[in-house]
Amino acid sequence: MAEAIKYRKERIDRGIKARSDTIYMLSSYRELLYILFPRVLPISFLLLSPIFIGGGYWGKVIFYSCTFALLALSWDLLASVGLISLGQALFFGVGSYVAGGFNFYFKWPLFLTIPLATFGGALICTFLLVPVLRLRGVYFSMVTLILPLLFDHLIETLEILGGTHGLLSLSPFPSHWMAVYIAVVSVILCLFGFRRLLHEDYGFVLRGIREDDRVVMAGGINIYWYKAQTIFIAAMVGCFAGALMTHYYQFVGRSAFALDNTILPLAGVVLGGSGNFAGSVLGTFILVPLSEALRALGGLRMALYSLILIIALATLPEGIFHYLERKYHQFERMVSI
Amino acid sequence: MEIIIYGITNSVTLVLMTLGFSLTFGISGLANFAHGAFYLLGGILTWVFMNELGIPYLLSALLSIFIVGLFGFFLYWGLMLRLRGLAINEVIATLATAVVIIEVLRYLGFSGFTYVLPEFIKGSIQIGKSWVDYQRILLVAIGIALIIFLFLFTHRTKIGLSFRAISQNERTAISLGIDSDWTAALSLSFGSALAVIAGLVILPLGSIDTQIGYDILISALAVGIVGGLESVPGILVASLILGFGQIVVATFIKAQWQTVVTLAAIVVILAVKPSGIFGKYKELEERV
Amino acid sequence: MADEVILKVENLTKRFGGIIAVDQVSFELKQGEFLGLIGPNGSGKTTLINLITGFVKPTSGRIYYRNMEITHCPPYQIACLGIARSFQMVRAFHKIPAYKNLIVPLYSPRVRKLSGGKYGERDDMAIDLLDDFGFERDSFVPYKPAGSLPHGYLKRLDLARCMALRPELLILDELFSGMTMSEVSATLPLIEKFNREGLTIIMVEHRLKELFRVANRVIVLNFGRKIADGPPREAMSQKEVQRAYLGTETEG
Ligand SMILES: Nc1ncnc2c1ncn2[C@@H]1O[C@H](COP(=O)(O)OP(=O)(O)OP(=O)(O)O)[C@@H](O)[C@H]1O
Ligand SMILES: [Mg+2]
Repeated sequence: MAEAIKYRKERIDRGIKARSDTIYMLSSYRELLYILFPRVLPISFLLLSPIFIGGGYWGKVIFYSCTFALLALSWDLLASVGLISLGQALFFGVGSYVAGGFNFYFKWPLFLTIPLATFGGALICTFLLVPVLRLRGVYFSMVTLILPLLFDHLIETLEILGGTHGLLSLSPFPSHWMAVYIAVVSVILCLFGFRRLLHEDYGFVLRGIREDDRVVMAGGINIYWYKAQTIFIAAMVGCFAGALMTHYYQFVGRSAFALDNTILPLAGVVLGGSGNFAGSVLGTFILVPLSEALRALGGLRMALYSLILIIALATLPEGIFHYLERKYHQFERMVSI
Repeated sequence: MEIIIYGITNSVTLVLMTLGFSLTFGISGLANFAHGAFYLLGGILTWVFMNELGIPYLLSALLSIFIVGLFGFFLYWGLMLRLRGLAINEVIATLATAVVIIEVLRYLGFSGFTYVLPEFIKGSIQIGKSWVDYQRILLVAIGIALIIFLFLFTHRTKIGLSFRAISQNERTAISLGIDSDWTAALSLSFGSALAVIAGLVILPLGSIDTQIGYDILISALAVGIVGGLESVPGILVASLILGFGQIVVATFIKAQWQTVVTLAAIVVILAVKPSGIFGKYKELEERV
Repeated sequence: MADEVILKVENLTKRFGGIIAVDQVSFELKQGEFLGLIGPNGSGKTTLINLITGFVKPTSGRIYYRNMEITHCPPYQIACLGIARSFQMVRAFHKIPAYKNLIVPLYSPRVRKLSGGKYGERDDMAIDLLDDFGFERDSFVPYKPAGSLPHGYLKRLDLARCMALRPELLILDELFSGMTMSEVSATLPLIEKFNREGLTIIMVEHRLKELFRVANRVIVLNFGRKIADGPPREAMSQKEVQRAYLGTETEG
């Protein structure tokens, strides 16, 4: 016989959370700290870690983490209107090739190619993806999955844009620091910008679209227009990440469209927890360094990410960030019934 | 003449690649992105059974169909069931499964000329001026037989009918006593088994390369997108268009342009009729 | 002004496969009218509403709103013209606080043009509006996620969402189904008041007693066809209507 349940878990907001929502926040150090700590910690971590880690190999890893974090943020933004992308590699690849192409063929400096890749690439991606918006459900995932793989084939078989060799010796960033700080600052901007955006009225419209697009339509809002805007923003972020990577490596090749660029950010988001952007950054900053440490595994790393992805989905669906957030704001206790 | 023959075989190949995917999707609404991985897995399992364990071909083939089918079944019970209802998770989970399978197989080194599955009948026959392998003719025959079989299966047998019931209206079907989880698991398992069958028929034409795990998925998705996912006529027509298109382009321009055909077809169809040739707009014509 | 035709429906037909859900329905609606739309289950009332609001495209026929054809307009455009609708099955953004549910219509081009509104202002507008529908502003109710509210509240939230759009034509699909008696008697006067203030209303309702208190005209549908149109008493006394409701004979 099953034992009768005598206790249940109760979650209660900490007093300090309730207090620091109000005017107390300004009048007490503790409450001020309580509010500021979760914001200052990641910012200072992001800003200071390049300095402590320096250039060299692990400096590169910070840079990778940032680019993948950008891809993960872009994924999470799409997810917040209910679009499940399986093709962050599309954004990444298009951005990479636009930047690389203009730099290689027209010798434009990277201060032109990166913004161009960001906007132009985002436009290309948006035009490719907007028609799918009329369809429900899994179509968006399918199309985003298939497009980068097809582009990869195309470049390989038609030998355009450098073919299998890629475009070599593109112009580098003036210094490693500049590249890293551009990446870090854009991660911070996107992270807090997106979080803010979703709390604006605009953001509530986006969330509404995810929950029930029909009600949004009945509310007089053109959901396709909003979804297209979201795709554009997300594509901008993804293309920007690609362009950064291109110039950092001074190389762009078919690997830009590879499935890795989809799976890794995705694993990051799922591990960190989707829907709040902080989780995406957290997840990628755990996974990317981890995967660098596991370089010895070689090709198995992709399998490993995917495994992490599956395990995280099945066992920790809320993600690490949510878990931490809950512990920070609430305490739990068992109460008898 | 050549164009017709190769066009037909190519189209039937595409149909074979897509059937399993669309069967699963049509019934349970589950997009099985591990489709290509199952195709690959089936081929490699058969090879291993034959060459490492010395099991006769027919038995190896049946065994791998069965094992992969079972794998699909347990993938549903073990993983998908926990994630059902959240489209995000379903999609991610099947893709992740695919990557795990394919990358592990790649790591184990199952690529190259040693990994060849036997043809059913060796040799070739002359039709008109061109030689056609028996395997290709068999492929066409098997493809057509499978389509007919599937049609009969879904329209005549009890499981098939409950499949169709679920795909039309899940809630009503449940209330009539059809177990929707059981049916969905079966559909995934059948879809996976179909992927293996396709592999057994198609793979002998070349050698096994782990990359095909992704390529098959691309082909299946492309056909699905162009034809309209749940519609069988759509898949047939899309396979014909893509199949002939690829062959025509390959003969008149260059073999490398085949991908362009696929990409162009997708882009055009998305712009003109995003739901695919025979697909329905699911957007609004739903009960409000 | 009072006699202006606000909505005109001409020979509207909708087929779903073999079923003819709406069959050659025509009517005109004047500014300020309160139309009750009734009929047995499955007679096509919801479908007619979906057609008018653009959620479903008609097989044939035309719809005019203030002499402008809206037959092929998408739902959001129709909503922005001032036709608000509620849903028969409650629909809301379940994870979003109740008052934030109203941000969506308040953010629509229509309302932004009519009343502007910046960040924060819209929250106040939403809370003000909800207060009228029994979500007391000082209680915790408006701030709870919509998903945790009882059914009656969600129905009223839906009504509030319609009113947030500042509609000129309000279409309510079985608003009272699933509401308690006290909720109904609290909501009915509100709707009556909107109508008195000039709002044109179409109301689908199975609770005929409540409906006839407020409606000054009813249209009866049966198997998708309009079988009666007129003041409630007259319409209900027609033979065909009684047959449809009491079902003494089956249709041929
Ligand atoms: N999307 C659809 N696809 C197929 N048939 C539909 C669809 N929507 C409605 N129907 C059918 O159209 C007919 C009219 O349905 P409708 O929902 O308009 O009736 P109703 O008058 O609103 O009924 P109720 O009083 O139960 O709400 C019904 O037979 C219904 O089954
Ligand atoms: Mg109805």
